[in-house]
Amino acid sequence: MKASKRPSFSNMVFWTIVFFLFLPLLVLLLYSFNASRGGSFTSFSTIWYERLFLESPELWKAFGKSVIVALGSASAAAALGSLAAVGTSRFRFRGRGYVAAMSFMPMILPEIVVGVSLLVFFAAIGLKLGIATILIAHTTFNIPFVFLLVSARLEEFDSSVIEAARDLGASELQTLVRVILPMVAPGILSGWLTAVTLSLEDFVITFFVAGPGSTTLPLYIYSAIRFGVSPVINALSVVMVAGTVLLVYPSRRFLKAFASRA
Amino acid sequence: MRQRNFGPIYALPQGLWLTVFFAAPLGIIVAYSFLAKGLYGGVVPQFSLAAWHTLGSPILLSVALRTLIVSIVATAITILIALPAGYSIARSRNQPMRLFLIIVPFWTNFLVRVYAWISILGAEGFLNDLLRAIGIIDSPVQFLYNQTAVVVVLVYMYLPYAILPLFSTIDKFDFTLLEAARDLGASKFDAIVRVLLPNIKGGIVTAVLFTFIPIFGAYAVPLLVGGKDSYMLGNIIADQVTKTRNWPLASSISMAVTLIAALGSLAFLWGSRRPSPALVVDSAEDQGLVGPDTANAGSRRGIS
Repeated sequence: MKASKRPSFSNMVFWTIVFFLFLPLLVLLLYSFNASRGGSFTSFSTIWYERLFLESPELWKAFGKSVIVALGSASAAAALGSLAAVGTSRFRFRGRGYVAAMSFMPMILPEIVVGVSLLVFFAAIGLKLGIATILIAHTTFNIPFVFLLVSARLEEFDSSVIEAARDLGASELQTLVRVILPMVAPGILSGWLTAVTLSLEDFVITFFVAGPGSTTLPLYIYSAIRFGVSPVINALSVVMVAGTVLLVYPSRRFLKAFASRA
Repeated sequence: MRQRNFGPIYALPQGLWLTVFFAAPLGIIVAYSFLAKGLYGGVVPQFSLAAWHTLGSPILLSVALRTLIVSIVATAITILIALPAGYSIARSRNQPMRLFLIIVPFWTNFLVRVYAWISILGAEGFLNDLLRAIGIIDSPVQFLYNQTAVVVVLVYMYLPYAILPLFSTIDKFDFTLLEAARDLGASKFDAIVRVLLPNIKGGIVTAVLFTFIPIFGAYAVPLLVGGKDSYMLGNIIADQVTKTRNWPLASSISMAVTLIAALGSLAFLWGSRRPSPALVVDSAEDQGLVGPDTANAGSRRGIS
């Protein structure tokens, strides 16, 4: 398909970028099979994978915490964001503008400001830093994405269906559960998935609101990078990239929707 | 509307959540920046402009200037290479595959990617191995811990943020306009600059904001691949919070970062014709899981 066209400037740029984007990942792959610790490649070995899976309990504990935080905060954000999206798109009321504006702000503000302000806030109200504060912080930065995606989904729909349900005697709760939610389910799902991804990924905000004993995976990787490079991180990276590929590849036809959202 | 207004009930939980965990913390930051710093961290309830005075000190001003320059340079490079990339994806017959290639690195953990760059640029890294193997250098060269490394890694990190909105706007562009311009005698370059670019202004604005704001608040990248001379405002904030424990100063710098990022964005929005809220809605239209039939239909919407 591509061969039929002569290489254009934009295509050359595209493939150069793909090379640029993948180069670091290929280097990680290469070094993850390096027998020696750091430095140049010496000989092939799978020792770092063995260490990763068999001798890294701290790492897996951090991974577990990350998963708990991601699922918890994404679900909380999905609940709050979806309801607010339904409310602001269907009704006019006092404070609607405030809620809508506030729903964008955490997404626009630089991460470090969100992190520092939450840290100062938690200190001011005397909440001890730990899993709870991480959950609160992640829910806060996840809300905008769910809100945006569900709002967009609601806009696409014919609201007369909702009015019809109400006219035919459905209560507000029945309308919500049996008409609106099924309608916006894809929006909620993609918002939830985005939130899970962002939460698993977040380092900067988590760095500020985490306390001792609440190390998430990004925090674990950070300390591994800062205090002595361990090739186990190479192996972990390869496993994570492979996981991403396996997860994304089957759903690549939906990537366009993802791209339009970004 | 004869039915009850349920809007406030729906919006209340999120409204409360964001008021308590987003607006209130920002309010505290504003207040703290006007208080005196406590001896062992925290603040003492006493009005003081010390934090704002320190903000105007030569050291902080030079860091602020450097942060601004690094952000502008990195954003400009990012946009310049993202434009042709977005264009090539939009014109491609295999859009999902090309998007996949851009998104996989983007969905790889942020720190893992920074770490990968350390493995490439470090004195014992891949680039050194390569250059030594070819015989260009004999002794290791340190490519890390300088300004260039920071810019390269920042561009790497935020490139997909720029490519995706550019792609989705270019994809909606009616390419027959380009052909018309060519037919009317415009050169290829002219047609792109005077027909394509004005029509995808929305995407360019989104892409600039999505790269400039996070880069301006960058913290982890300069910390891990930069040296002492590549410190950015984000690093100063973090140091004030965790090491020096001067919370009023951390607060005033945070406010400055927010204001500069906001003003810069507003100025940019104002300078470009289409305001951003329209963009957000526009690009949000395709959201949700669009069915496979629309995934490949490029010209679904004529109006841009």
